[in-house]
Amino acid sequence: MPIDWFPLWLSLRVASISTVAALGAGLWIAYILANRDFRGKSAVDAAVTLPLVLPPTVLGYYLLVLLGRSSLLGKLWEKIFGSPLVFTWKAAVVAALLYSLPLLVKSSRAALESVDRSCERAARTLGASEWKLFWRVTLPMAQRSILAATALAFARSLGEFGATLMIAGNFPGRTQTMAVAIYDAQESGNSTLALTLVLVISAIALAIMTIASRLENR
Amino acid sequence: MIQARIRKTFPPRKDSTGFSLDVDFRATAGITVLFGPSGAGKTMLLDSIAGFVHPDEGRILLDDAILFDGAARVHLSPQARNCGYVFQRYALFPHMTLRENLVFAAERQPRLERHRRVNEMIERFRLTEAAGRRPHELSGGQRQRCSIARALIGGPKLLLLDEPGQGLDAPLRAEFYETLRQVRADFQTPVLMVTHDLDECFELGEEMIVLREGRIVQSGAPAEILDNPASLDVARLLGAFNLLAGEIRTLDPGRNSSRLRVGEYEIDGPYFPGRLKGDRVTICVRPEQLTASARNGRPGPNQIPATLERAVEKPQYVRLEFPGGIAVDLSRAEYQRQRETREWVIQFPAGCLRAL
Repeated sequence: MPIDWFPLWLSLRVASISTVAALGAGLWIAYILANRDFRGKSAVDAAVTLPLVLPPTVLGYYLLVLLGRSSLLGKLWEKIFGSPLVFTWKAAVVAALLYSLPLLVKSSRAALESVDRSCERAARTLGASEWKLFWRVTLPMAQRSILAATALAFARSLGEFGATLMIAGNFPGRTQTMAVAIYDAQESGNSTLALTLVLVISAIALAIMTIASRLENR
Repeated sequence: MIQARIRKTFPPRKDSTGFSLDVDFRATAGITVLFGPSGAGKTMLLDSIAGFVHPDEGRILLDDAILFDGAARVHLSPQARNCGYVFQRYALFPHMTLRENLVFAAERQPRLERHRRVNEMIERFRLTEAAGRRPHELSGGQRQRCSIARALIGGPKLLLLDEPGQGLDAPLRAEFYETLRQVRADFQTPVLMVTHDLDECFELGEEMIVLREGRIVQSGAPAEILDNPASLDVARLLGAFNLLAGEIRTLDPGRNSSRLRVGEYEIDGPYFPGRLKGDRVTICVRPEQLTASARNGRPGPNQIPATLERAVEKPQYVRLEFPGGIAVDLSRAEYQRQRETREWVIQFPAGCLRAL
């Protein structure tokens, strides 16, 4: 029986886009948390971390309320792009993003904070703007840990299941990601397909984690 | 010229006793050392000048630029202050080569000028061979020269150094003194250097500011401070004195002399302006100003007999320790001649005694 590889490609695409987005947003939030003091800082920190501890179904529920077709954001999206967001693969990206963001924010913040303060101070006395300082000193000094965290976030997005199912649904060939396809195959008694997909995704995850740990230990 | 009059207070908390920095000083061309024990506020003062610490009030002037003015709410960013800063552990950028470290610092210079300056600095600080290496591949001396070169390359108006000699072994320290003297000769930049090492003050300092618990307790040329410590605190901080309890028996301004009682003996001293007969004072005299010889009959004038407790051999001299915390430094040759001696007399030269 030929195996349908669509879920694999979809998962890789969803994970790539959500990881890139999470890296951008995560670095920015991590930079703010690491360098600024403001009221409600710990609330922001907690809110970003929340997806890690909430049940995926709860998160999926919130997303449906927030982005569904009758919601404000959902209507706005439909007005701009002409089609609804929920129950498309783009909704799966949103779900994956929420799970990779906390990983990236937590690790990036720790990485940015562990950079030798005196190097940053030195750059300031040498006249470097905060922008130049960040890109040329802080980020290169923290990049290993941040890359490791990015790999971790990618692996995590690859396996997102619960929230994805709730907000993107299970439409084979359209929104069915790896994790959902495995569940689907197992439920419908297609255990060969389930096993194949399980082995493939395990191999990919193992490879990514090996890269991540090498990055961190070197 | 740097001029600073600042105050910064940290109120006492549950876990700390609080601290306040309250200083007023100026330093002109040359090397000025900020001397004091740890916790005296030396680095905080340096950081206030560099712009990392925001004082509560006061004013900091560098040449004619106002770096900080509490009343006018001026607080320039470190970037705008034009102060070179050499950090305690150099703070070289680990992911850049030595040359890249210098280029980073020269980027405010005009493009054409940049390259020339970097090369000039590399040559001047003897870093040619090491230019392509990263900091972790450099020797301690190269790292230090690189960080000084990096701080100077933008032509700062002031060079700040935070405990530059700390943790260096003797040859590296000598090399550092040499480098800094070179800087002093080649650049017009005034240097403000933090240290808690008295040797460093004497090797390099033209002016010395003694800090204690956030206050300046004395300032002047290092030799002057060593000859005339202003207070018991200063004498204790310098740690280079015999401090003996004494009492003034007589004072004679006409002959510039006095009689002092130390323990059960009386010795001659100079006239002490502002002191009265009967005052209890601490007599302060450096170990190398005293001489000691084997006791032979009755002690002569200005001699006090003492039994040797311990002789400590140092590279340049031998320190004899007597009861009551009296120390006398003798040259090695002199000590060799009488090394079996237990009973000594200590000679107090009247002119060297200070009363605090």
